Amino acid sequence: MSILVDKETRLLVQGITGGEGSFHTRRCVKYGTNVVAGVTPNKGGADLDGIPVFNTVERAVAETGANTSIIFVPAPFAADAILEAADAGIKLIVCITEGIPTLDMVMVSSHLKQKGARLIGPNCPGVLSAGKCKVGIMSGDIFLEGNVGVVSRSGTLTYEAVNQLTELGIGQSTCVGLGGDPIIGTVFVDALELFEQDPQTEAVVLIGEIGGNQEQRAAEFIKDKMSKPVIAFVAGSSAPPGRRMGHAGAIITGSSGRAQEKIAALSEAGATIAMSPAEVGITTRKVLASRS
Amino acid sequence: MKAHEYQAKELLAEYGVPIPVGGVAKTASEAREIAAGLKGQIVVKAQVHAGGRGKAGGIKIVSTPDEAEQAARDMLGSMLVTHQTSPEGVPVNAVLVAEAADIEKELYLGIVIDGVAGLPVIMASESGGVDIEEVASTSPEKILKAYVYPGLGVRPYLARQLAFDLNLNKEQVKSATELISNLYKLFEAKDCSLAEINPLAVTTDGRLLAVDAKLNFDDNALFRQRDVEELRDVQQEDALEVEAKSKGIENYIKLDGEVGCLVNGAGLAMAVLDLLKQVGGNAANFLDIGTINDPDRVVQAIGIINSDPDVKVILVNIFGGMARTDVIAQGLVAASKQMEIKVPVVVRLAGTNVDEGNRILDESGLNLIRAYSFKEAAQKAVEAVQKSN
Repeated sequence: MSILVDKETRLLVQGITGGEGSFHTRRCVKYGTNVVAGVTPNKGGADLDGIPVFNTVERAVAETGANTSIIFVPAPFAADAILEAADAGIKLIVCITEGIPTLDMVMVSSHLKQKGARLIGPNCPGVLSAGKCKVGIMSGDIFLEGNVGVVSRSGTLTYEAVNQLTELGIGQSTCVGLGGDPIIGTVFVDALELFEQDPQTEAVVLIGEIGGNQEQRAAEFIKDKMSKPVIAFVAGSSAPPGRRMGHAGAIITGSSGRAQEKIAALSEAGATIAMSPAEVGITTRKVLASRS
Repeated sequence: MKAHEYQAKELLAEYGVPIPVGGVAKTASEAREIAAGLKGQIVVKAQVHAGGRGKAGGIKIVSTPDEAEQAARDMLGSMLVTHQTSPEGVPVNAVLVAEAADIEKELYLGIVIDGVAGLPVIMASESGGVDIEEVASTSPEKILKAYVYPGLGVRPYLARQLAFDLNLNKEQVKSATELISNLYKLFEAKDCSLAEINPLAVTTDGRLLAVDAKLNFDDNALFRQRDVEELRDVQQEDALEVEAKSKGIENYIKLDGEVGCLVNGAGLAMAVLDLLKQVGGNAANFLDIGTINDPDRVVQAIGIINSDPDVKVILVNIFGGMARTDVIAQGLVAASKQMEIKVPVVVRLAGTNVDEGNRILDESGLNLIRAYSFKEAAQKAVEAVQKSN
């Protein structure tokens, strides 16, 4: 097992003919992902290394049975691409695109709820189930198949954490990058719930950051519903308030947005806190060792 | 992106929200002229992108055009230091001169995006005129909230409900209903991230008036809000940040330490700041180079960091995903050819195309301090700072 993506995934790439789209499609294929189709309007009939390109998602789904989509479409058109995927019946949509206007996401997230589609992102690195399937832009070779789930609001910090785990011989079940925007389709609580139900996952590494209060909501879930251990790191302890730290969602506007508040909530809920970003791996090793 | 109070009020007026009579002045004589056309007490307000102006002497109540001119002369050209600014303060290049309202009651009205609900939320309170964060933490029950659903917008009942809950009288409920609806229209039309009227005054003659206003805009939406972008006042921003932005480095924030950081990804860039602090250093900046794979962007970023006199060492920490480490390496080599980098450079590459990235650096002959891990990179950077002192 694993969560969200696996060998059953039939991936469609929206924006497959663009520079980033084609580069990362090839890397997903190399990792073992079953990429069945691509979509770029007005490029229908073309192909990328034999992967057929269609004009519309509807057509691509009808012809190939795609069940998951990854989006590399530029920000001004990305909301439209998400809606197109949902309306074509895709149930898992992973949006990599950064810079989508927040009000576009307000409209999109309300529509997705009606469609019963799950969105990962936007502004995220995607999802990877180690050894099985990659629907994202992470460097596949740092992952090792195993039993630790990873969920994070940050892309590169996820790579950093995964790299530390792999170097210690601790494998991963699935890594989920939630994205750095204020409105994202899947939040910590959703991912924790999936990991709690996944038989392969024995522990979860949670990487949060300043801004919003999703870490506090995760803490409530950990306290009430989670039987598996959670190791947490929250980035931005030294960030100045009121500044947007790269991610549109990473801005301290109230006390709940501060790293210290989040760390306190997670710790109180029973999560083990990695105090340094360089200690996510060894903290996880300690937690796993104490359980066996 | 932020706008000045006078710009926010001009937009409010455009959308039918009542504002005090007045105008913006860039010189003391302009201030006098505006004041001459006003009735009653006059308020002169420094136009800066920072709160806490009142306590810092940036707001003066005067009675005559002469006094307005004097107040404007004192403020214009000065640096205003408030609890929200740097110790140097921000320049006052304009003042708002307006009729001081006779206020009976101060309300609060604001619209933000609630990330958890994924919806805009209108917040209103009878406890206006003070810091709303303060109200939210001490007495959250005093803040009324109403979510707005896309497609529906602010329905009349929703605005009316808020207006009645603010304990307004019949006439005021009517104008508040309209005002709330209009503020939301502005919020949506201009892609705001914050639209706030604080205080929203109830005047002694029973009218509603936006006495102070703040609009922030979604940076991600500026591509479709050209007129909003024209409101940008770069003089209110840090000079290096402005230069970075002009060179396409969007996510650069000047900080007060000595380690110049070039990192990819916001989370990792924040973690670098945290880690530096833990190993005894301090970052001179936050810089997320992002994912555009162009060596020239790296050159530009290094150029910005290199021009910061506070920087005693440059730390490059890249974990490639979307960003390719070979492109970063090419950029570093190009930067060292195009400019003189006087400080040591610590480089740590990992992730996408790392073998190629490291090969480029190995073969470049550059005198770089290389690090394998994240922590090692931070430690080597801090050691380099200590050596330079």
